[in-house]
Amino acid sequence: MSLTHFFQHFTNAIYLGSLYALIAIGYTMVYGILRLINFAHGELLIVGAFIAYYGILIFHLPWWLSFLVAIALGAFVGVSLERIAYRPLRQRDAPRISLLVSAIGASFFLQNIGLVIIGGRHKAFYRPPFFAQTTQLGEVSVMNFLFVIPLVTLLILGGVFFLVYRTRTGMAMRALAKDYPTARLMGININRIIAYTFALGSGLAAIGGIMYAMRYPAIHPLAGVLPGIKCFIAAVVGGIGNVPGAVIGGFILGFLEIMGIAFFPHLAGYRDAIAFIVLLLILSFKPTGLMGEQVVEKV
Amino acid sequence: MLGKRFGVLLVLLAFIMVFSGTGLADEVRIGVYEPLTGPMAAGGQMTLEGIRLAHELYPTVLGKEVRLFVEDNKTDKAEAALTVSRLIELHRVNAIIGTYGSSLAMSGGPVAETAGIPVMGCSPTHPLVTEGNDYYFRACFIDPFQGHIMATYAYHTLGAREVAIIQDIAQDYSVGLSHFFRQAFVELTGDPASVVGMSSYQTLDTDFTAQLTYLRGLNPDAVFAPGYYGDVALLITQARELGMDIPFLGGDACEAPEFIEIGGQNVEGVAISTHYSADAPVTEESTKFVEAFYEKYGHAPSAFAALGYDAYLLILDAIERAGSIEPEDIRFALSQTEGFEGATGFITMDETGNAVKTGVILQVQDGEFIYAGSVEPQ
Repeated sequence: MSLTHFFQHFTNAIYLGSLYALIAIGYTMVYGILRLINFAHGELLIVGAFIAYYGILIFHLPWWLSFLVAIALGAFVGVSLERIAYRPLRQRDAPRISLLVSAIGASFFLQNIGLVIIGGRHKAFYRPPFFAQTTQLGEVSVMNFLFVIPLVTLLILGGVFFLVYRTRTGMAMRALAKDYPTARLMGININRIIAYTFALGSGLAAIGGIMYAMRYPAIHPLAGVLPGIKCFIAAVVGGIGNVPGAVIGGFILGFLEIMGIAFFPHLAGYRDAIAFIVLLLILSFKPTGLMGEQVVEKV
Repeated sequence: MLGKRFGVLLVLLAFIMVFSGTGLADEVRIGVYEPLTGPMAAGGQMTLEGIRLAHELYPTVLGKEVRLFVEDNKTDKAEAALTVSRLIELHRVNAIIGTYGSSLAMSGGPVAETAGIPVMGCSPTHPLVTEGNDYYFRACFIDPFQGHIMATYAYHTLGAREVAIIQDIAQDYSVGLSHFFRQAFVELTGDPASVVGMSSYQTLDTDFTAQLTYLRGLNPDAVFAPGYYGDVALLITQARELGMDIPFLGGDACEAPEFIEIGGQNVEGVAISTHYSADAPVTEESTKFVEAFYEKYGHAPSAFAALGYDAYLLILDAIERAGSIEPEDIRFALSQTEGFEGATGFITMDETGNAVKTGVILQVQDGEFIYAGSVEPQ
């Protein structure tokens, strides 16, 4: 492999890794605060992408406005989901596993309602010309996505940090993450904070979905499944619940997928196998993930 | 208490059995299993358009009404086998049409064979769909021919001497076609090294940059991508973004409006092989089909619509010749099909149950598939 080839692979890995990182942040944030794996996260990605798609197609919104609307409506869908699928269970003190099953159910529900309303065929997602513009640096092709996606990821990372560590809502979120009953005793409105968390997580999912759809402009109601699973795994490898960990996990997964083929082109068909063997190795050495904290069972 | 419930259940069961059995003698039940959702949804839906049109134009056979039972196999191999069982066990069909996607057909085939119900494939082109299965037939040509068409096109029309291939290893169709293309191309050049590189991906993958960067480094004259429309459109888009401006070629699974919608400017000039083009009618039935299709749907029919149409007509023709709606009689009549005039051409079944037919080459020009020539069977 020549040096230019290596640089091209490196660029490709940054597109993919930053995208995974972006999506994994949303996963890990909801888990970190609620200890709930929101399996419908992958579907929320696609919900966001489809709202943006129809905003442009039917309502003729300028793309940036359509994206903003999609993020807001995506957050709304997330909150509704919490209200319908999770809160009733939580208020009956259902065990975590029931919430998990409810999340999986929500995921299937969203997929199938999408198939009924939208149909299963691919839709071509609109790409603002600026994002997909390509520049040739010597033999290396670079798209503006190379800067856009990591920039968005960084902005979100900063935003999440600011919100969680510098605002009163964030303080309440952290209190909730530690202990529900005590947080309630301190006068925190638990339902409201959880709704905020879901709004934020789902808004992030919508952003991730829009970025994903711009990079790979073919969307259909089941398109969220694979990125959903992969980014969940990225979040686990980074240490689920830890936001910088999710970013690191996302980049590791992206680099493994690309570099696996770069170094072993004849094993291209085994791409996911190669990537996941390495991830398994990482987890067997660091069972709680790279940046995960040791979980102490509360008695 | 328990006895009472059991009684109610028995009565219900009896009702179901009575009603599902009624009308079996005075109607013909044709099952359809196609991918109406999932990554191959466009293929299944286009085929269904053709089948429904044929049903509308020819609603009866032997004085009996024909009823269609449509099942969605969801582009899933396990689901494909299940839908065939459902058509046979629940809907008690006399014959089946399906399915787009060779892997799906190969999964549904054995179920139909065990039950003794004949299946008329519309577009599954992998040789193993019909091989060793006396109950599976198809209205289309098979992949060794398709590989030959595209290899010849690459060698003679494009003047390519070194090609690369990128295949979907999760699809029997893609792996098979890639193999036959390679064989045909090496035969033309006489040099096994003329296929300079092979790479693979899997259905549902969206990022092909690593494979493409690898192939770009081998400097091929053209790339053959025998995958399904959605994947190949994304793949070619990414190839252009990586600065690869060499010609790309595809197979019949690229023919879908989505291929052009997703690929846009990037798929301009891409050539694919397929079964039929509305621009080159071959029989009287083709003209009739194209006109009726325009009237019903308002756009030109795809090759898959035409094959769905022919698959339906072939079954009706077999029932007519057999003078019976018994699955075994239909199967025998299907195997004897000779010179049947369909929308896609004259269809004769060979001893394996494959149609021997002309192939068509289409090329994307100004956002449309344009007829670029026909290739006669060898």
